[in-house]
Amino acid sequence: MANAFDVIIVGGGPAGYVCAIRAAQLGLATAVVERDKLGGVCVNIGCIPTKALLHSAYVANLLSHDAKELGVDVGSVKTDYGVAMRRSRKVSEQNSRGVEFLMKKHKITVIKGTGVLAKNRVVRVGKDEYQARKAVVIASGSRVKGIPQIGLEINKTTVISSDEALFLEQIPATLAIVGAGAVGCEFADIFHAFGSKVTLIEALPRILPLEDAESSDTLTKSYKKRGITIYAGTKVKKATVKKDKVSLEVESGGKNDTVEADKVLMAAGRAVNTEELGLQEVGVQLTDRGFIKVNPATLETTAPGVYAIGDVAGPPMLAHKGYREGVVVAEIVAGHHPQPIKYDNVPSVTYCHPEVASIGMTEEQAKERKLDYQVGRFPFSANGRARTSNETEGFVKIIRDKKYGEILGAHIVGSHASEIIHELTVARENEYTVEEVDLAIHAHPTLSEAIAEAALDSMGRVMHI
Amino acid sequence: MTTKVVMEALSPTMEEGRLVEWKKQEGDPVAVGDVLAEIETDKAVMELVARIGGTMLKHIVEAGATVPVSEPVAVIGEPGEDVGGEPGQTGGGAAAQRGSKEYQPTQGPASAPSAPSTVAATEERRPSEKPSVREDNGAKATPSRVKASPLARRIAAERGVDLVAVTGSGPEGRVVARDLETAGRAASVAPARSGGLPTITAPRPTRPEGTHPATLPYTDVPLTQIRKTIARRLAQSIGPVPTFYLTTEVDMERAWEARAALSAEPKVSFNDIIIKSVAMALRQHPACNAWWQDDHIRYWNEVHVGMAVAVEDGLITPVIRYADEKTLRQIAVEARDLAGRARERRLKPEEYTGATFSISNLGMLDIDEFTAVINPPEAGILAVGRIAEKPVAHEGVVAVRRRLRLTMSCDHRVIDGATGAQFLKTLKTMLENPLALVW
Repeated sequence: MANAFDVIIVGGGPAGYVCAIRAAQLGLATAVVERDKLGGVCVNIGCIPTKALLHSAYVANLLSHDAKELGVDVGSVKTDYGVAMRRSRKVSEQNSRGVEFLMKKHKITVIKGTGVLAKNRVVRVGKDEYQARKAVVIASGSRVKGIPQIGLEINKTTVISSDEALFLEQIPATLAIVGAGAVGCEFADIFHAFGSKVTLIEALPRILPLEDAESSDTLTKSYKKRGITIYAGTKVKKATVKKDKVSLEVESGGKNDTVEADKVLMAAGRAVNTEELGLQEVGVQLTDRGFIKVNPATLETTAPGVYAIGDVAGPPMLAHKGYREGVVVAEIVAGHHPQPIKYDNVPSVTYCHPEVASIGMTEEQAKERKLDYQVGRFPFSANGRARTSNETEGFVKIIRDKKYGEILGAHIVGSHASEIIHELTVARENEYTVEEVDLAIHAHPTLSEAIAEAALDSMGRVMHI
Repeated sequence: MTTKVVMEALSPTMEEGRLVEWKKQEGDPVAVGDVLAEIETDKAVMELVARIGGTMLKHIVEAGATVPVSEPVAVIGEPGEDVGGEPGQTGGGAAAQRGSKEYQPTQGPASAPSAPSTVAATEERRPSEKPSVREDNGAKATPSRVKASPLARRIAAERGVDLVAVTGSGPEGRVVARDLETAGRAASVAPARSGGLPTITAPRPTRPEGTHPATLPYTDVPLTQIRKTIARRLAQSIGPVPTFYLTTEVDMERAWEARAALSAEPKVSFNDIIIKSVAMALRQHPACNAWWQDDHIRYWNEVHVGMAVAVEDGLITPVIRYADEKTLRQIAVEARDLAGRARERRLKPEEYTGATFSISNLGMLDIDEFTAVINPPEAGILAVGRIAEKPVAHEGVVAVRRRLRLTMSCDHRVIDGATGAQFLKTLKTMLENPLALVW
């Protein structure tokens, strides 16, 4: 039967295509159903193009503010968002083609169209039916959402989402961003660097509300210093959308205010794609929050032989969490017994400047759980490498268990935080304590030395402050 | 990547094992912890457990084969993987090129709990528990690297848990912190034996719930000069264990009545009543609840009674742990289970080691009385004869009564005549007044 596979994966985003590669590596006949471009949101309208734009923003900031001090006078700096945008599109397209190549290399069949589940592990795409012998994997991902209740329905002109922001030819003169999670903070960074007057609005008490309070505070200071307006602990009560302007009535601690902007960028959460997949028909249930209900150990849904991975399977909605789930499900389907996923050891990174990265618990969480912990800190202002590159904002903070030295959580704000956080991810994965982190010799001068120093500081032995 | 499964040292003295039966056939999926095969050791039939998941690709040996410890018996890998023809070879060849690696489960933390580990011994053991090990004591030196995370090591050190006895759930059986959450005290080190017997680091028994833990399970008392001299002289006179014997006769009428009255299931046997009585009497006479340790005497604060069980081609002594704290009913259930599995040779090492005193009963074979041989380092063993109706003088008249003869063998280096006699007297009083058991 030509239309039969061992595994059929619905969705070719990060979770889906990685699941497909692993399944193929394990000798399973694998198909991926994708209605748009391979690589999903991540490659096409998410992680990858935003990072390309953030690099443009970094260069803009470097040349506008720091270059002269570094002995490189480039005169007046002109930025062009359209050019930066087209470059980011090129990067995305190349990456998407890269995923296509990977599918070919692993002899994975890519079925273009929208996959709908039917009973007995059948997936319908248009008029065609495909039979999965072992498993159907749902990796349908998520999408942006507006807040229509307060008049902020995404109209793609004045009220936009990241989907539109990534394709703008020109920056808006003024931009209000609703939601200051990773997406909101990254776009604030990008548009500010290209010259927009940016207002960042967050309902929770601080920007990057899921990060450690010290990380939020450091980024808040950095943004404010740069001229980004921040309304934290602020609710948007009502929005009035005009032809080329939006007026937001906001309220913060009983005080009312009005924010006017040419465009509003909605960055307050994402909706999972669970509709029109035939989930109900095959017995796949959802959780109260709308994610697909899975057995956390196996990621199998309430329908036997049907698995869910990535954003649809629950938070954190991160590509790298989806990657791992894809690998684990492929291995389970192939009859292996992979190590369970450590959901408490998924790094969280915001690629704004300075970057914010974390792993494990925040100090607030350690406090809530009444853990006996000790905090170690080291500022990049005391780190040689950071000083040489004139990037002294930020710090490394390590929260360790007092008795055993277990690294409960780690938080980094600073240049390349997204890269150096992994030392602590590896440490936590292998249950190294702060002592092993210190014992590993760190090259000098590097930003990573700040991690060793923070580990030392948690033991009361910090060297360079 | 394929992984070779090797014959593990499943008991401390095991040098080879006979593969009785494959439990996983070629092509079967294997999960970590699955029983791969049944292995007959010198002591028991035990389970060879998978330390890695995958598919059973190949049986290197067939059922019935006898395989030295550390030799490969099977290959586990992913379906369709090349097992490399000669999986026993590691140098060159297809197997090596494919990244096949020698896998030594005995090195892993999940290895048989009885495998002595020098790593654990030096790093994790409390000083007071340092065993007086003689290297030539029969325990084959096995590879002893324990795979454990630094955090797990720290927690184990703090709690006095022997990592060797902990089953690791991390990659390739690595012990991680979560494995210690359940292990707790249960996996800490049992004291090592000496005196000509293999050194055993069996996992410590789990205390029955609701009982109060003693600070240390025993008290070590250095030898006085007079005790050293007595020990040396007596040993020269008789043999390695200078044994003497004490015999008494017990009136079992009341015990008989008591047992008849206990009609509910599980049935309580006289042997169960004797185990319980011995345990209670040992509580009162800690001098008899002791081990000879060559340079000191270990007086136990816990009572673990061994009961000799005849098996097809020998004898094994399963242990009722904390027998003094258990009810007769618990002892009855446990004794039946242990004896049954002993006869099937399915006891784990920790189930037949670590007794502080033993009992041997030949009453069911109509033996009136006999002397039993001490199981070192224990200092005493009680030989139990049959309960027989005899004419005896009772309250001034000759009456026919049920009588039982008990003979205690004592290691004179630990137990002196009067010490043993006092214990025996307490035991006799208890059996003659079974109500004493509930005090």
